[in-house]
Amino acid sequence: MSLLEKLDASAAARKAQLPEGIGAFGIPIEESYSATEARIGERRVLMLGTNNYLGLSFAPECREAAHQAIDQEGTGTTGSRMANGNYYGHRALEREFAEFYKYRECIVFTTGYQANLGTISGLVGAGDVVLIDGDAHASIYDGCILSGADIIRFRHNDPADLEKRLRRLGDRSRNTLIIIEGIYSMLGDQAPLAEIVQIKNTYQSTLLLDEAHSLGVLGETGQGLVEKTGMNDEIDFITGTFSKSLCGIGGFCVSNHPQLDQLRYVSHPYIFTASPSPATIASTRAALKLLQEGRLLRERLWQNAHRLYSSLEKSGYRLGPQPGPIVAILLDNPRQALTLWNGLMEHDIYVNLVLPPAAPEGKSLVRCSINAAHTTEQIDQVCDVFSKLHPIVA
Amino acid sequence: MSEVTQEQITVLLCQRLANFTETETEVSPETNLITHLAIDSVKLLNLVMEIEDQFDISVPLNTLVDVLTVQDLANLIYKIKSLSQ
Repeated sequence: MSLLEKLDASAAARKAQLPEGIGAFGIPIEESYSATEARIGERRVLMLGTNNYLGLSFAPECREAAHQAIDQEGTGTTGSRMANGNYYGHRALEREFAEFYKYRECIVFTTGYQANLGTISGLVGAGDVVLIDGDAHASIYDGCILSGADIIRFRHNDPADLEKRLRRLGDRSRNTLIIIEGIYSMLGDQAPLAEIVQIKNTYQSTLLLDEAHSLGVLGETGQGLVEKTGMNDEIDFITGTFSKSLCGIGGFCVSNHPQLDQLRYVSHPYIFTASPSPATIASTRAALKLLQEGRLLRERLWQNAHRLYSSLEKSGYRLGPQPGPIVAILLDNPRQALTLWNGLMEHDIYVNLVLPPAAPEGKSLVRCSINAAHTTEQIDQVCDVFSKLHPIVA
Repeated sequence: MSEVTQEQITVLLCQRLANFTETETEVSPETNLITHLAIDSVKLLNLVMEIEDQFDISVPLNTLVDVLTVQDLANLIYKIKSLSQ
């Protein structure tokens, strides 16, 4: 089979799985009106499938900062952080992230994907071990593959299973990087961090916590699960993204280990790519301030999350394990998920459709994500539509 | 399961993998995991976790790159199991 024939076969398999479902992926957003509304085709839709958890995508402070940066520094850096792309803003943002977490070091990456890719592949290599949660994001898997380390999975959110696999490793547990996430992107559940920290200390391993979906969402100042659980002194490395609560694009890693800085010299995803644009860095710096001060936004977000979760539960839907900004509705099969997704679109509500193998354990999901800018009326509108559509899954 | 033979591993795998197919597919050592059984990546990763627990070994995912058939997988498990004893 030639290279191009392999792609044809892949396209045919995708079409065979659910021919009418293809349109649900990569749907064109024609106009974005606000943090909660956009136009898809001729429909003005309520956006319930973004990662805009604090609703900051149109925040005046962030837009103004981005405008100023473009005017003063241009549209792009055209180079790597290791060459001509290391601007004042990049270094300032690193200082601000380190101060935010009260950690010693920070490195900013061009995307959140690259933050995991660059951190993991810089920390471990051939002969080391990475022990990752079974529901880990693709960026974590890809970072592990790039590293050349031995990759072992443990059962999702199961500390006993993690310990069993560490025990099997014997002395190699000391050269093991455990990787977990604050909030998991598909089902929206949180990691049992305190138990995992205890195990990593027992086996003298190293722990990386990805706060991509929990930054801005958990903790008094929005640091994430680390702050909610009071584990700041126990985590070796925290990664995260600018593309969710911070409404930009980029990523970071913070640590108290001074060796983090060495990643700048060994991590290819950091070195061999252009640095984030000045506008992206400027809007992210402004958003990080709003995030830290955003206690009321977090309260609003969680009110919305609980309101939707309890309403869907009352309507009889099977949901992810706990309420949160990601509310996953579990469906029996891809066709049922697509029918529900289409029903929501017909009522001008956009959510994410997730089909196997993208979702854990072969599940089919309709995945809602809630933000602080959703009004109570909008959430109630969504609840009413879900209630009407429940016969689809009954 | 300290004294397991390569043949026993192969038989165990064939039995376990038979449950992965919705149709009545006979699983033999030559069966290709992907093209014959249509095991997607998630199912394969979950199978590896089961194998690790059954044989009390660690099977790094990066060692699976050369595994195409049931026999390849049995050989890998036997090799890891032998080295761990």
